[in-house]
Amino acid sequence: MLEVQGLEVAHGDVRALDGVSLTVGAGEIVALLGPNGAGKSTLLLTIAGLLRPRAGRVTWDGEDLRRVSPHLVVERGLAMVPEGRRLFGSMTVEENLALGAFAPRARAARERSLERVYALFPALRERRRQVVRSLSGGQQQMVAVGRAMMTNPRLLMLDEPSLGIAPRLVDAILDSLVDINRGGVAVFLVEQNVRAALALAHRAYVLEQGRIAAHGPAADLLEDPHVRQAYLGPFGR
Amino acid sequence: MTVLAQQLVLGLLIGSLYGLAAAGLSLVFGVLKVLNVAHGELIMLGGYGAFWAVALLGMDPFAALALVVPAALVLGAVLFLGLFGFVMRADEETRIKNSLLIGFGLALALHALAVQLWTADERSIPTPYGGAVITVAGLSLPVVRLLTLALAFALIGALHLLLAHWRWGQAIRAAAEDWQAALLTGIDVRRAYLLAFAMGTALAGAAGTLVTIGYSISPSIGLEWTLKALIVVVLAGLGSMLGTFTGGLALGVAEAVSAAAFGGPYREVVGLVIFVVVLLVRPRGLFGR
Ligand SMILES: Nc1ncnc2c1ncn2[C@@H]1O[C@H](COP(=O)(O)OP(=O)(O)OP(=O)(O)O)[C@@H](O)[C@H]1O
Ligand SMILES: [Mg+2]
Repeated sequence: MLEVQGLEVAHGDVRALDGVSLTVGAGEIVALLGPNGAGKSTLLLTIAGLLRPRAGRVTWDGEDLRRVSPHLVVERGLAMVPEGRRLFGSMTVEENLALGAFAPRARAARERSLERVYALFPALRERRRQVVRSLSGGQQQMVAVGRAMMTNPRLLMLDEPSLGIAPRLVDAILDSLVDINRGGVAVFLVEQNVRAALALAHRAYVLEQGRIAAHGPAADLLEDPHVRQAYLGPFGR
Repeated sequence: MTVLAQQLVLGLLIGSLYGLAAAGLSLVFGVLKVLNVAHGELIMLGGYGAFWAVALLGMDPFAALALVVPAALVLGAVLFLGLFGFVMRADEETRIKNSLLIGFGLALALHALAVQLWTADERSIPTPYGGAVITVAGLSLPVVRLLTLALAFALIGALHLLLAHWRWGQAIRAAAEDWQAALLTGIDVRRAYLLAFAMGTALAGAAGTLVTIGYSISPSIGLEWTLKALIVVVLAGLGSMLGTFTGGLALGVAEAVSAAAFGGPYREVVGLVIFVVVLLVRPRGLFGR
């Protein structure tokens, strides 16, 4: 479904991705792990069309996405929850969610999507008239996931959804991804919370300094000596 | 006492046009992060458009709005597609620099065009209800200017409702707040920019029409109106059209008070003083978010 081949991306002179290849299949949960500055956000932003690659390509159902404008990438069923949530802070929960259903295909499914989001995060229904800025970090993350789900995607990409959120709510967010996946949506999850991500994912990639350093089934990576040492501590904490 | 009160009322009346003039500038600046220094020239052009509608087509001056506003909307779309749209690809800093250059160039061109078409003379539109005045509690209220205030307020109200409830109005607000996030929700941000710029130009056209009816225009009023609009934007901050309108009223009143207190010439100074003081004390404006 999603295929990334030999992707090279630079921020000015800083090379962030150096030949990255990976795939995410229909219905899969795939995790992308890696330390700060590895290029994880750069990868997601490039897939979404907000950054343009220097070399390599991104294909979606066989279509080259390099020339597709970001809002049309969304229209093709590829949604993203950006790092730091990036909500419209002066608007209410419901206005943010409604904007997720802006594009024609999403608008047609709007009522159903809204019910699905409220079923996923009942707390949002109670707060739907509240201005987003007044919510806690965890609740805001729910809005961010909800807004992306309102686009009615077939693949949901998330950039560190657990960042800066109370531990109790991290579980709620990550659990929701399993529900979303059961509904037939593939999930591509960037996380630094390695243990939680590997518990959730079917497969995972490890990105280090712009290259894929390891990949395989999540269970195998949990046993991988390099992964254990670098990301799970010497005793597999 | 009545003299001062009379000045205050006249200040409010002209202030409503400052607010309307500023609304278009504020919309474009807030959404595209582009300062259109030719905004005053667009107002001037709108004024001459109304002048033509009345002189050539024999329209009622206020009905000219129905012609000028759609025409300005189209002009705005053309200006965006032909000029300002190109700067939007650049990062924010380059964008501001380039848009200033484009704006100054456009202002000069429009000024020259207006002198060619309409000569450098000052003009205004005579209305059938001309000098009619209502007297309330010893204050004389010119009917035409009361109507311009009412229309300015109605236009701002309509704009407010559009931005709050219309689908594309919400898209415009989203793009203003975070254009990348707007793209990620499937909004065609370029089209939102196009709409915002066209609407800003339409507001300039409306302001120009009302200025020509209640007051007067000449090809050289552009800079003056750009400055007034800019002062109001700084005063009111970005993000709320009703705030912008209130800012316009406040500037009108402040001018009237200073003219009454220190004499006519100080009318123009007070705006600049307010401009500097607000920038120092409350850089995001009185109503800014
Ligand atoms: N806008 C930018 N301008 C310049 N360099 C950037 C920019 N964004 C990222 N970089 C650099 O590119 C590299 C990859 O950054 P990226 O944000 O993709 O990493 P990341 O894996 O998402 O990190 P984190 O876990 O901290 O979010 C880093 O060296 C970073 O400093
Ligand atoms: Mg990142």
